[in-house]
Amino acid sequence: MRIGIVAEPEGENRVAATPATVTKIRRLGYDVAVERGAGAASSFPDSAYGEAGAALTDTAEAWSADIVLKVTAPTTDEIARLQPGTVLAALLSPALSPALLTRLAERGVTALALDAVPRISRAQSMDVLSSMANIAGYRAIVEAAHEFGRFFTGQVTAAGKVPPAKVLVAGAGVAGLAAIGAASSLGAIVRATDPRPEVADQVASIGGTYLPVDVEVEQSTDGYAKATSEAYDKRAAEIYSEQARDVDIIVTTAQIPGRAAPRLITAADVARMKPGSVIVDMAAASGGNVEGSVAGERVVTDNGVIILGYADLAGRLPAQASQLYGTNLVNLLTLLTPGKDGQLAIDDDDIVQRAVTVTRDGAVTWPPPPVQVSAAPPRPEQTAPTAAPPRRGLSRGSRIGLIVLGMAALFAVCVFSPAPLPQHFLVLTLAVVVGFYVIGNVTHALHTPLMSVTNAISGIIIVGAMVQLTIPSIIVQVLAAAAVLLASINVFGGFAVTRRMLQMFVKALSADTSTPAKGSHR
Amino acid sequence: MSGAALAGAVAGAAYIVAALLFILSLAGLSRHERARGGVVYGMIGMAIALVATVWLMIADVTARASGTSAWAQPTAVLGLVLLVVAVVVGAAIGLWKARTVQMTGMPELIALFHSFVGAAAVLVGWNGALHTEGIAPDLIGIHHAEVFIGVFIGAVTLTGSIVAYLKLSAKMSSRPLTLPGKNALNIGALLVFVALTVWYVITPALWLLIVVTLLALALGWHLVASIGGADMPVVISMLNSYSGWAAAAAGFLLNNDLLIVTGALVGSSGAYLSYIMCKAMNRSFLSVIAGGFGIEAPAKDGDEVQGEHRETDAAAVADLLGSASTVVITPGYGMAVAQAQYPVADLARRLRERGVQVRFGIHPVAGRLPGHMNVLLAEARVPYDIVLEMDEINDDLASTDVVLVIGANDTVNPAAAEDPGSPIAGMPVLRVWEAANVVVFKRSMASGYAGVANPLFFRENTRMLFGDAKERVQDILATL
Repeated sequence: MRIGIVAEPEGENRVAATPATVTKIRRLGYDVAVERGAGAASSFPDSAYGEAGAALTDTAEAWSADIVLKVTAPTTDEIARLQPGTVLAALLSPALSPALLTRLAERGVTALALDAVPRISRAQSMDVLSSMANIAGYRAIVEAAHEFGRFFTGQVTAAGKVPPAKVLVAGAGVAGLAAIGAASSLGAIVRATDPRPEVADQVASIGGTYLPVDVEVEQSTDGYAKATSEAYDKRAAEIYSEQARDVDIIVTTAQIPGRAAPRLITAADVARMKPGSVIVDMAAASGGNVEGSVAGERVVTDNGVIILGYADLAGRLPAQASQLYGTNLVNLLTLLTPGKDGQLAIDDDDIVQRAVTVTRDGAVTWPPPPVQVSAAPPRPEQTAPTAAPPRRGLSRGSRIGLIVLGMAALFAVCVFSPAPLPQHFLVLTLAVVVGFYVIGNVTHALHTPLMSVTNAISGIIIVGAMVQLTIPSIIVQVLAAAAVLLASINVFGGFAVTRRMLQMFVKALSADTSTPAKGSHR
Repeated sequence: MSGAALAGAVAGAAYIVAALLFILSLAGLSRHERARGGVVYGMIGMAIALVATVWLMIADVTARASGTSAWAQPTAVLGLVLLVVAVVVGAAIGLWKARTVQMTGMPELIALFHSFVGAAAVLVGWNGALHTEGIAPDLIGIHHAEVFIGVFIGAVTLTGSIVAYLKLSAKMSSRPLTLPGKNALNIGALLVFVALTVWYVITPALWLLIVVTLLALALGWHLVASIGGADMPVVISMLNSYSGWAAAAAGFLLNNDLLIVTGALVGSSGAYLSYIMCKAMNRSFLSVIAGGFGIEAPAKDGDEVQGEHRETDAAAVADLLGSASTVVITPGYGMAVAQAQYPVADLARRLRERGVQVRFGIHPVAGRLPGHMNVLLAEARVPYDIVLEMDEINDDLASTDVVLVIGANDTVNPAAAEDPGSPIAGMPVLRVWEAANVVVFKRSMASGYAGVANPLFFRENTRMLFGDAKERVQDILATL
């Protein structure tokens, strides 16, 4: 099959394939046609595509290929250029543009929305949103640095001391983390906020400081940031106000899929900022995190704060963005070309392929069915493999039931059994409970030593055998002696081996403080 | 106060002290800083218990003979001689084993030790049956039941541990044994045991005891034989628990609180440890205790993870490592088998000297014993602050340049996370496939112990380095 790489409209600098990705696409068995000048804005000349084995064609021919790769969503005119039956891959924002999907379906085009790749580990290599967010986060800092009239890093010079810039990044997703990394490598002091406290380590790992919103938060069960409580919002707003007064640069990245971006920075906060401060609102296109930001525009407020609402941050790094976008596309094509024979085959049973396919055979197929259902074979019964989701324990009710039952059984045994038994059961029960509590929180690395020491201790059965040694009966004595022998192997061997193991652990500790390995980090 | 009464009182007090020391010992063992102290507590506790018991024995013998001629009785002398001989021989064997065992052979040794406790419990139980004098008539029924329970648990532990030992030391195939109706067999054995116990309580007869011993031996064998090699960490810790319960049962039999306390401590801590393991493997705790779990793996058509794997060589891996800035090593049982921990530690050290960030990612059930990998890496002097648990490292793997998978298979199998039909679906695994490059050290393309094919090997970013892990790592060291 033939793949067409078309030129993007004015204002979009990216291109759907680079010479390097063309080579990879050809390796999958496809012919590639590149519209002349398609890569010019990304600094990929036509000749480079030619060297990579692509045919250079005019606009009409590129659009008439079997598969058309593109970055932005096609316009109505462009859709008219597509042949019915063509496969089109681009950023289509299916959730926000139902009209576009209808037009594509009417035209008979099979459309693949790259921004609909599900966020599962297997699909990471095709996740355009992540790769573009990474670039955009970096570029946001570059734009801010460009507008900011000072250094990012602090310096002490003969002409005086320069304080470092302070940067606040709101939202530590892919874009936020990229921004934090870029700002801290320029030398700024970087702080970050995010409703998910677990990102604190990620923020710290690339040089930022995480600002926790210190109110009690409901734990979300699904790992996603949850709609937050009132107290939380209030405290978060206070943090933004405090920070606005202090920092020089704010980058906001907060977006909620399919909804307007949350308002984080109010006009009052902006008014508190120092003149010359810069705000980059990366969510300006979807409503804006910052009051007063305008999508695609540079706004200067009355108090001299610059608010950048650029929506094309990733496109401002065209060569880089095209390279990552192109690689994501190649990964998608690799998935869609199981035979590596240049024949595209969309497998509806595959979660990823099903999710990106938004129109097919004249019908709109967005949104895809929920993941669980599509994982099951599409048979009428719909029952079969619920194979193994994480195993759940007993339900709360049956757990309580079991506990009550156990207690009742213990109670009954103690009531009805003669003298020494109830006392033994008391001892047994207490010891069981102590055993559970003592072991709780055991360090994973110590499991083996723990097990060998409990093994040594369970050799206590030697005491029982010893007592039996005094019974005046030869058979009993011989059996007891055998038991003593076996148990004492356990006792002595168990303790000795545990000591030996623990000594190694300690050695490792001292080795860590004395090896020269540490010095090499300097 | 007579000699015997005094000895009894002192022994009782000593037992309480010993029990307390054992609790401190276990508590100490759950933290690195206190671990060595914990062992010392345990040793002191054991010494106190033994000395008190010896005194009790002597007082007992003296009282029984009721006079000066106590030591003229041959059985009394024999008892003490046997004691000394048995302890000396046992101690010698134990210490020798402890000194000579390879750290890689630790799982086998511990399994073998468990079988000794089981065997001792069986013998103690038999003695309890053979010697019933001095027991109040209204307690004799309970005594008989206690004998049965003690022998039963002991025998299950005995053969279970022996099978575990044989499987671990590769003297027996580690494939799970699947007899038809295995669950029915297990439950049936339990029911028969209950019936026999009732029968024995009513009419004690030696042959019943023999039957129940054989039954329990067979059950123990079957329980562990039905469990695959990959689940051995859980099995070992479960047997550890059983050996504790065996000691506790002996305590009931002998009216000895120290045995009950200690046995219950070991039993419950072992059970809790198995529970932790089970959670790590997403298995049901009950089905582990019952034996032979995870066998009902759906029959797969086998060929859906087939694909092309890409082979590489030591020089290429060395190149890759040379240009990496973050490296994560995920070892598994294969590293233990190949004794590769020293070269691996050396590799980590060399890379660290070059300024590469090297960390180890340890799956909770890597190896054949809980914490097995930690012991091996500690032996090879890998500083333990770079040895991280699965949860600590999993999120970093996506930003890692190179992951070296050394002898691990099921613990890095993407099928667990992505294929809901896989037998190991839902088991938390190290998500190594998210890293930029994965190098898998492996002998051949065979499946892991769980018998599940591993789609990791066919990933685009995976390279296979075939051969003995130790030799391959040494090759890399030579090129680096």
